[in-house]
Amino acid sequence: MGVEFEQQPSVELSKVAVSDTHGEDSPYFAGWKAYDEDPYDESRNPSGVIQMGLAENQVSFDLLEEYLEKHSEAASFGNKISSFRENALFQDYHGLQSFRKAMASFMEQIRGGRAKFDPDRVVITAGATAANELVTFILANPGDALLVPTPYYPGFDRDLRWRTGVNIVPVHCDSSNNFQITIQALEAAYADAVSKNIKVRGVLITNPSNPLGATIQRSVLEDILDFVISKNIHLVSDEIYSGSAFFSGEFVSIAEVLEARNYQDSERVHIVYSLSKDLGLPGFRVGTIYSYNDKVVTTARRMSSFTLISSQTQQLLASMLSDKDFTEKYIRINRERLKNRYHMIIDGLRNRGIECLEGNAGLFCWMNLSPLLKERKKESELALWKSILYEVKLNISPGSSCHCSEPGWFRVCFANMTERTLEIALQRIHDFMEIKKENDVQQQ
Amino acid sequence: MRLVVPLQGVVQGRGGLILGSLIPCALYYFLQFYLKRRRSPPPPPPSSPRSPSTSSVNLADLPRSSSRLSLSTRGSIGRVHVSARASSIAKPNTSPYYIGLDRVRGDPYDPVQNPGGIIQLGLAENRLTLDLIEEWLSKHMNEAVLLGGVDGGLSISGIAPYQPSDGLMELKVVMAGFMTQVMGGTVSFNPSQLVLTCGATPAVEILSFCLADQGNAFLVPTPYYPGFDRDIKFRTGVELIPVHCRSSENFVPSIAALDQAFNQAKKRGQKVRGILITNPSNPVGNLLSREILYNLLDFARERNIHIISDEIYAGSVYGDEEFVSMAEILDSEDFDKDRVHIVYGVSKDLSLPGFRVGAIYSFNEYVLASSKKLARFSSISAPTQRILVSLLSDSGFVQDYLQTNKQRIRRLHDLFVLGLEQLGIESTKSSAGFYCWVNMSRLISPYNEKGELELWEKLLDIAKINVTPGSACHCIEPGWFRCCFTTLDDTDVGVVVDRIRNIVETCKSPA
Repeated sequence: MGVEFEQQPSVELSKVAVSDTHGEDSPYFAGWKAYDEDPYDESRNPSGVIQMGLAENQVSFDLLEEYLEKHSEAASFGNKISSFRENALFQDYHGLQSFRKAMASFMEQIRGGRAKFDPDRVVITAGATAANELVTFILANPGDALLVPTPYYPGFDRDLRWRTGVNIVPVHCDSSNNFQITIQALEAAYADAVSKNIKVRGVLITNPSNPLGATIQRSVLEDILDFVISKNIHLVSDEIYSGSAFFSGEFVSIAEVLEARNYQDSERVHIVYSLSKDLGLPGFRVGTIYSYNDKVVTTARRMSSFTLISSQTQQLLASMLSDKDFTEKYIRINRERLKNRYHMIIDGLRNRGIECLEGNAGLFCWMNLSPLLKERKKESELALWKSILYEVKLNISPGSSCHCSEPGWFRVCFANMTERTLEIALQRIHDFMEIKKENDVQQQ
Repeated sequence: MRLVVPLQGVVQGRGGLILGSLIPCALYYFLQFYLKRRRSPPPPPPSSPRSPSTSSVNLADLPRSSSRLSLSTRGSIGRVHVSARASSIAKPNTSPYYIGLDRVRGDPYDPVQNPGGIIQLGLAENRLTLDLIEEWLSKHMNEAVLLGGVDGGLSISGIAPYQPSDGLMELKVVMAGFMTQVMGGTVSFNPSQLVLTCGATPAVEILSFCLADQGNAFLVPTPYYPGFDRDIKFRTGVELIPVHCRSSENFVPSIAALDQAFNQAKKRGQKVRGILITNPSNPVGNLLSREILYNLLDFARERNIHIISDEIYAGSVYGDEEFVSMAEILDSEDFDKDRVHIVYGVSKDLSLPGFRVGAIYSFNEYVLASSKKLARFSSISAPTQRILVSLLSDSGFVQDYLQTNKQRIRRLHDLFVLGLEQLGIESTKSSAGFYCWVNMSRLISPYNEKGELELWEKLLDIAKINVTPGSACHCIEPGWFRCCFTTLDDTDVGVVVDRIRNIVETCKSPA
């Protein structure tokens, strides 16, 4: 076990240091390496690998730039001496009040005002990665487990387990019902944990889902909430793609479900959010935990001292996010553009005979290549993935790295490139499919 | 002190535990309990009868301090379990270090608005040279900030996307250059041996995660920065074993004491994985000599353990002694470098704790590899990295800043120390940092922790100054106090000295 070093280090390192739970040896990350070595560039390297494995939102940069051009004082401490001083010295783990207010209001806006958020329950972290880890530290002891529906974001294996010592028990979902989470699947996972003598502390869902690119239906949310209540465990809802739902009304937040229930049993619910996806600002490192549980809020606050956002960034975003005209416009246009991208890729794939899961959110689609598999097995999926990576020069994410129990599904990101690049990617797929057809014909 | 955490910990309400009318014994008992540092965290609280649901609407209506008060008195909220780690962290702060900071927050001194308020001497923050940074930023903001586009125009696409988790290479380059400048230039820091984090707090934690397993321990010479107790133990489960230093040796660690502590730990089956030193020291403000550093390295090598050297005050040396970094020692000798790791940051030397910029500097490629991956949980915000790149690239400005800053700290230090001397109060000779390590043992009675804490309370409640008692820093000798002076101006110093004078006089006359 452990990272492959050529010789053992002379002075010992910890188990955490030598463990491979960081998961960076999985195909998910291997594809990135291939991209790093031969990255596509329209003019300088047109035959390079196109990165379709990174869920980054670049479709709305112009809106952000426009805002910043008009409001340059936001970035420069408001040009006031006193606010500079505050900025330079401020390191309070409560975070700037103005920033928390702005985040709360932004989260409300994304949900069309259908849920209210209290700024005093917003805990700041340097990104959702840190937020998910932090919440896990708080809710579970080493050796305990969280139930996580599959397929799930590969990073969870690292974020939820590495330093925390907590396990993930998968809740299996499959294409028979469009990968929706069912009570049976939850119960089965729970029973599985119990049989292994593992204490389950909560369920962690991503809504809208990564990698499915689809929102969770209200009735399913109600079921999940009832399930966690019946087992007296927590529910963490990672809503990092909430602003990337193509139609505002189609996304239902757990906050709305709670509000409809008058916040009964809310002390077990915690929402994770970030600006990395919806605002396309992953470099800023802005995440939050929103908890309905006072103790969790207090504890998360203290723990956030390991993962604070610079006061300058908080100030900048406080200005930006409290500008309701800007945020309304941004959210609306961003949704529209993502929807168009989605249709572009779905139609393009369908024309090549490739079907995807019907999606309505996120920066990616969930593509079904199982008809192309030699055998319905993980190994075939990985073989197909490799040929797509090295021959077609597209880095897409194999479903197995997302722990999907059905082989043949792939996550394909579409928002981290220009439309032109997307067209080229689709062309390459077209060519690949043509060759495949020919080969299949020849073999017959 | 650089602590991020306690400024607004669980506030005990405005009056709090420490009302003048509260019986000191209760506080004494409480603090003794904390100071004994019971090993195992308390078991998670049993599920309590259903508490009224706290809807977000209700919470918004509550004034903030009273909602905190209800948190601390209510115990477990709701029936659902939180982890043992969380339970111990959620407990109210009992250290005078944190309590004092809270009290100042509730009643901060202002010469005009609140002349009777509490003067803050418990926070190692430096305001003396902020004006220079302000000036630089106002001149260079447009280029520095955010968006240095190709044609000089705004471009967010440079800083918006994912960046390397351990910091931009440009920032590492200038940080390495800055560290070289700060440490005196005799040793060169290599950018590729840096992992950047959002503050020195996560840097220390990440190193702890890499070097030790849960239940292992670090040896830490006392007195030490109170924040370590939290920063290191919180989530890693690594213990800190205090190794007591004495005033007779100017609070410099002795190898004999380290050895004894190591052996005792071994006997009780506890594995020591490293030594944690702070050099320049906090709270004492002294520098470790070359000889001591060599001896520490020898000791670490013999026992095959690590050394973490927190050098965060290296650029704030105002005395005549020369600061020697661990890096310099390693450079000059054929020591096994794999065991040395340096922590640094801009919170102290550049007075920018709000920027959240810290660093791990290691010679061990495996530690660097792990730290780099762990840095993803504690990355620095990209726009802030950009500003810092610009600022640190201006080496003329940096030189000027460091020099001016030292002069100003020294001036205020001398003023403060002189003021105390006039009251008959001595401090150790310190050469660095933002504080004095002051000996008020003559004024305490009895000569023990209880006496020390009573004096601390008097200083807080009657003199209305917040200082950090030595016991919060695990000092074995009672009566020492850390007094930070870099948030004061000359007039404030006068006020502080007067207020202390009153206490000194009451201590002289029988109660």
